[in-house]
Amino acid sequence: MKKIKCALIGSGNIGTDLIYKIKRSKVLEPVWMVGIDATSEGLARARAMGLKTTADGLDGLLPHVLQDQIQIAFDATSAYVHAENSRKLNALGVMMIDLTPAAIGPLCVPTVNLRQHADKGEMNVNMISCAGQATIPIVNAVVQVQTVGYAEIVASLSSKSVGPGTRANLDEFTYTTSDAIVRVGGARRGKALAVINPADPPVIMRNTINCITDDEPDQAKIIDSVLAMIKQVQQYVPGYRLVNGPVFDGKRVSVFMEVTGLGDYLPKYAGNLDIMTAAACRTAEMFADEILAGNIQLTAKELA
Amino acid sequence: MMNASLNSDVSLRGRKVLLHDMCLRDGMHAKREQISIEQMVQVATALDEAGVPLLQVTHGAGLGGASLQHGFPLATNEEYLQAVVPKMKQAKVSVLLIPGLGTMRELQSAYDCGASSVHVATHCTEADTSPQHIAYARKLGMDTTGFLMMAHLNSPEGLAQQGKLMESYGAPTIYITDSAGYMLPADVKARVSALRAVLKPETEIGFHGHHNLGMGIANSIAAIEAGASRIDASVAGLGAGAGNTPLEVLAAVCERMGIETGVDLFKLMDMAEDMIVPMMDHLVRVDRESLTMGYAGVYSTFVLHAKRAALRFGVPARDILVELGRKKMIGGQEDMIEDTAMTMAKERGLMKDVTSTSM
Repeated sequence: MKKIKCALIGSGNIGTDLIYKIKRSKVLEPVWMVGIDATSEGLARARAMGLKTTADGLDGLLPHVLQDQIQIAFDATSAYVHAENSRKLNALGVMMIDLTPAAIGPLCVPTVNLRQHADKGEMNVNMISCAGQATIPIVNAVVQVQTVGYAEIVASLSSKSVGPGTRANLDEFTYTTSDAIVRVGGARRGKALAVINPADPPVIMRNTINCITDDEPDQAKIIDSVLAMIKQVQQYVPGYRLVNGPVFDGKRVSVFMEVTGLGDYLPKYAGNLDIMTAAACRTAEMFADEILAGNIQLTAKELA
Repeated sequence: MMNASLNSDVSLRGRKVLLHDMCLRDGMHAKREQISIEQMVQVATALDEAGVPLLQVTHGAGLGGASLQHGFPLATNEEYLQAVVPKMKQAKVSVLLIPGLGTMRELQSAYDCGASSVHVATHCTEADTSPQHIAYARKLGMDTTGFLMMAHLNSPEGLAQQGKLMESYGAPTIYITDSAGYMLPADVKARVSALRAVLKPETEIGFHGHHNLGMGIANSIAAIEAGASRIDASVAGLGAGAGNTPLEVLAAVCERMGIETGVDLFKLMDMAEDMIVPMMDHLVRVDRESLTMGYAGVYSTFVLHAKRAALRFGVPARDILVELGRKKMIGGQEDMIEDTAMTMAKERGLMKDVTSTSM
């Protein structure tokens, strides 16, 4: 079966873990990895896994895009360079999956709105943040039952799983996730909190989701909706597990989740990174299905 | 005056120490964030008149703190600051900012409302989540401290490295913060000394204590002996857990030791007795739960949350707190108190899983 060829921009933890997930896909094939440090472990591993590599940044990839038929690229660099990366690759007809907090394209949570984005043939979709991927499905599961005036999420991450990019940009993480709770989750107001816990052995990623419903919560319906949503997320993140809740306190609905990673390249406690790569891979697969079925044609964007 | 024979070995006579009051920030925890604007102004005015040079005013969890996780206060940080700052004759007003909760937008807003100093706080091993915020505060010209919380969970050498990082981001003051009230004077001395050994001579060191083991004063003095020049405290100890170092008691001890603080001891004593203690919802003291926090090294703010979870799920607060300590939960993880209480309630047969009934 034909596969859609992919490039990975950024040879850090996220990019490296993506290789494993994309390799397992029936419709995606990892072909290129782009880094900026010729001695990086990520590039060495990519080469060992059969990928072509460049240490010259995105410009090292551009001359090969058409010849190697790259159609989807994953950007795991930083918010600052993403816009430029996206512009250059879109110009060559490559669709971008953005794993940075740049969020220049529409925000995507596979179980909530991926279908819409794929149907529209978007050329750039943003994966929000790990906390967004882990919590917005639950917010939306409650919103599907009744209106939510306010949703607040707390993500606890193990210190070892939080890289320098996130550390230096915690505000962006907060803004992007809060915004997505509203725009994708469907709550009228949203707030996101992040806590980095240094315990050793590292703690598994935890997420607490609180929704304030406008009317008395329909407990039975909310429980069913949340459990159904968890099953959907588990299709691409098997370690997405309900620990406590849904529990009700007046109009407050609380759900306590844990995310254990697959342990591909990243350790299992780093469920936060795993849910990002898994969601990005799932997103690319749906676009690949559409491309392979001829439903969407990626076209080169005019250079602005 | 004092009897010279009672002097301690190390003379601190003539040392200048800046006292920073926490009633209107850490005290918010003890008041479940329910201090009114009028009370804020009343307390701040009294502190100002008593010569306290710096006082902190925000939600207990600082900027961005208004939340289900940390409680909704009676007014916004902006409303509190706008009410308090113009009333100050000499005192400066500070705020707290914990990256991951508060953001630079909120810092800008607090600055616009007249805050001129900020504690930029991280867990004691995560200083590298603060460079943006420290740099931003410095750009605004704010008096900026790097505030290393739960400092008992890092070694003196580790803290020295973390403090060095914050100094490199531009923080002119680094704090050792005993959020759990766990440290003993020797622990404080070792940590302050380790910082002093690596920081630039002009970088100041501060200490923020909690009184959970009754060591607030002793620890603060130990910090001063090791080179700290700023101490956080609160009048009558109004703060999380068993409260902060009681400011009026510290002021009295400093005066006896010849440490210069510039505050009016008797005014502070009157304020503690006539204003702060009557404000308390519960007597802030070393009680069973706050002692458990100090003993087990748990974040002081957890205590009221644990008591609430105990009522709701039927697991004793002390059991929950000890389990939180075992799981190494840190400041900001208040959601894990409910979660832990529920998990314990299920284990004890007090509660059922939703999936066990609906599936």
